Amino acid sequence: MIDFLIPVMAAAISAATPLLLAATGELVVERSGVLNLGIEGMMLMGAMAGFAAALLTGSHLAGLLAAALAGMLMALVFAVLTLSLSANQVASGLALTIFGIGLSALVGAPYVGQPVPALPKLDIAGLSDLPVAGPLLFRHDGLVYFSVAAVAATWWFLNRTHAGLKLRAVGESAQAAHALGHPVIAIRYAASLFGGAMAGLAGAFLSLSYTPMWMEGMTAGRGWIALALVVFSAWRPWRALVGAYLFGGVGIVQLHAQGAWGLPSEMFSMLPYVATVLVLTVISARSQAGGTGSRAPADLGKPFRASR
Amino acid sequence: MSAVPPRLALAGITKRFGAVVANDDISFSVAPGEIHALVGENGAGKSTLVKIIYGLLRPDAGVIRWNGETVAPTDPHAARRLGIGMVFQHFSLFDAFTVAENIALGLDAAGDRRALAARIASVSASYGLPLEPGRAVGTLSMGERQRVEIVRCLLQNPRLLVMDEPTSVLTPQEAEVLFATLRRLAAEGCSILYISHKLDEIRALCQRATILRAGRVVANCNPAVETARSMAEMMIGNELRVTKRMPSDRAPEKPARLSVNGLDRPAERAFGVALRDIRFSVGPGEIFGIAGVAGNGQGELMEALSGEWRTSAAAAIAVDGAPVADRGPQARRLAGLYTLPEERNGHAAVPGMSLAANTLLSARHHMGLTRAGVIRRDAARRFAQRIVSAFDVRTFGVDVPASSLSGGNLQKFVVGRELLQKPAVLVVAQPTWGVDAGAAAAIHIALADLAREGAAIVVISQDLDELLSLTDRIAVISGGRLSRTLQTAQVTVDEIGLLMGGAEGETRDAA
Repeated sequence: MIDFLIPVMAAAISAATPLLLAATGELVVERSGVLNLGIEGMMLMGAMAGFAAALLTGSHLAGLLAAALAGMLMALVFAVLTLSLSANQVASGLALTIFGIGLSALVGAPYVGQPVPALPKLDIAGLSDLPVAGPLLFRHDGLVYFSVAAVAATWWFLNRTHAGLKLRAVGESAQAAHALGHPVIAIRYAASLFGGAMAGLAGAFLSLSYTPMWMEGMTAGRGWIALALVVFSAWRPWRALVGAYLFGGVGIVQLHAQGAWGLPSEMFSMLPYVATVLVLTVISARSQAGGTGSRAPADLGKPFRASR
Repeated sequence: MSAVPPRLALAGITKRFGAVVANDDISFSVAPGEIHALVGENGAGKSTLVKIIYGLLRPDAGVIRWNGETVAPTDPHAARRLGIGMVFQHFSLFDAFTVAENIALGLDAAGDRRALAARIASVSASYGLPLEPGRAVGTLSMGERQRVEIVRCLLQNPRLLVMDEPTSVLTPQEAEVLFATLRRLAAEGCSILYISHKLDEIRALCQRATILRAGRVVANCNPAVETARSMAEMMIGNELRVTKRMPSDRAPEKPARLSVNGLDRPAERAFGVALRDIRFSVGPGEIFGIAGVAGNGQGELMEALSGEWRTSAAAAIAVDGAPVADRGPQARRLAGLYTLPEERNGHAAVPGMSLAANTLLSARHHMGLTRAGVIRRDAARRFAQRIVSAFDVRTFGVDVPASSLSGGNLQKFVVGRELLQKPAVLVVAQPTWGVDAGAAAAIHIALADLAREGAAIVVISQDLDELLSLTDRIAVISGGRLSRTLQTAQVTVDEIGLLMGGAEGETRDAA
């Protein structure tokens, strides 16, 4: 049993990592009061750019940098539209996703089917050979550890630093933050760019580690699951981590259980999405019942314009 | 004394928004340690001027001198560095954050958390402004929230404190505590610019007053030698019409038109209030006032009366004897119960729609504005026109969006929309909130006229002066409970103030 479970759990951690990277980024974005629905598009651009750069330069680091940059450029487009030009955030985010799907397919066309070596896995003598913990915890690649470190750093930044407090303040009441002299738009730009970089890295994890190749639309809805995760986490980094591993696990179980009990495999493929819908329903029912814990940032999605 | 330059001197400050001149050549000065009043009606330009002083807006012309030197604060950070502190009318606080976090957001230097908590404790202790740094601001009363704002300013050792309508959210007793704090600050040399339109307060507190009207300084005076009436006339620019109603000659044996019989409602929101056993009744020709500090259940009570919130206990609310508490707003209107919520923009009126379309919100059935579900545009426009002329609403026609009207004009419009339907019972919340004195008087007269025609009226307001001049009987809501009912003619401000603080709620619990 344990021989079966360990690879499943290790695979779950791997499947959870792109969700976690993207959700952590979006969590910071939403805490600043900006709702960017374009994660899927930013992830695809990151996946494509990361793959192309790694292929052309032969350097994984160049690939990761290119992915982060591509995500940031996409986020910049979104930020200019919604923050500087006060466009509707929901519509702009949806447009960003569609734009990203198309653009990544167009620019990425020459790279389809090309091979690239996967990100190297950690291999520490002693640790990686431990019986259970070894394969479970010490044989992943750097991005997996980075994603966990990013959660810790995000928690610390939001809850322990003055800059993090300002970012939350901007998301809670942009008017009040402005009245106190905090640069609402600049803070929201910074948060949006961070979200773009993280989504880009999430995409690169898919195209450089999870399945080291590029094909169009390869994120397969993970951007939307990341978005749901942010709500599931009630905008708290550690809960996002738990949620990502939960969703990652459901995804893997689905793969392993396919064909079992004579059910069609499509039923199992639906699992992560059914889980998403269930979780969102439960959360919304709970917050309707008056819980304060799962409150969204009060100014989430509201445009802000300062008079001068 | 002329050797000491004024702490703050404004010379020729002018600010335009498009074609509107919000501030026109404003000049005055505030001496060190002086409590200086800035008085004016809503829309006179007070808030614009304050934002200029605090660096949130830049003047188009004019000079600001700080201790004799010309300055031009470009943002609030710069203003705070000069020593200008600001307590906003609509607090710049974050409900979900703790007191300490809220205070940290108003400070420029990000200090250590523990050191900050210690400084908060020492400042709040030395000025008698108790605060718990770890509490969420959303759970605090209005008075406590204001305390957070004041302590936030005091931590920066301000040399000028700007207070924008500070007592509008306080009980009379809380206001006295605030005045004591302000007098002490002034004695320590801090100047205070005190913005208000409550003239009695200004006479009690301020050494000098600058009166604004339509963006200009119309007078500089010593409030101690003026009367509230003379200042009000300078503020408004013409004779003040006083609305003092004679108590209605309601025969007590007449049956109540509105009766609320033990209305209970659990708290629904995170920072909400539960209503407990609310009982009152209002007879024909009577105006019943409900006083209280904001956030004590007024919003919840209003929703329960309007039908936005319903209960299965139908008899909890009865109109002319008919139970309606399980019905929605439209059914209640058909029964004769009309309500007008506090928020004009987005609750009583749809800001983006025309005045004519806004008549449909409540007058659709009673005024026959639809036929077989199709809107009769002409009928709606005619009704809107009637409101505009009957209530002197200043507007460019009835096809302009509601949001294009000033607050006072839109309020006159929505009040008129309900009044012209001749309701049997009318419940209004904050009928003159943010409305200039002229429009307020017009609304008061209209309400009194409706009562004279036999309607029962409930006015929920935080403005005690309004309730004392308008109502026949008055009760106070505090923590979701309604106090005993008092005869307005015999009541004192002190008595109401104690009830606002919840004094009676405890004795009733004990009994």
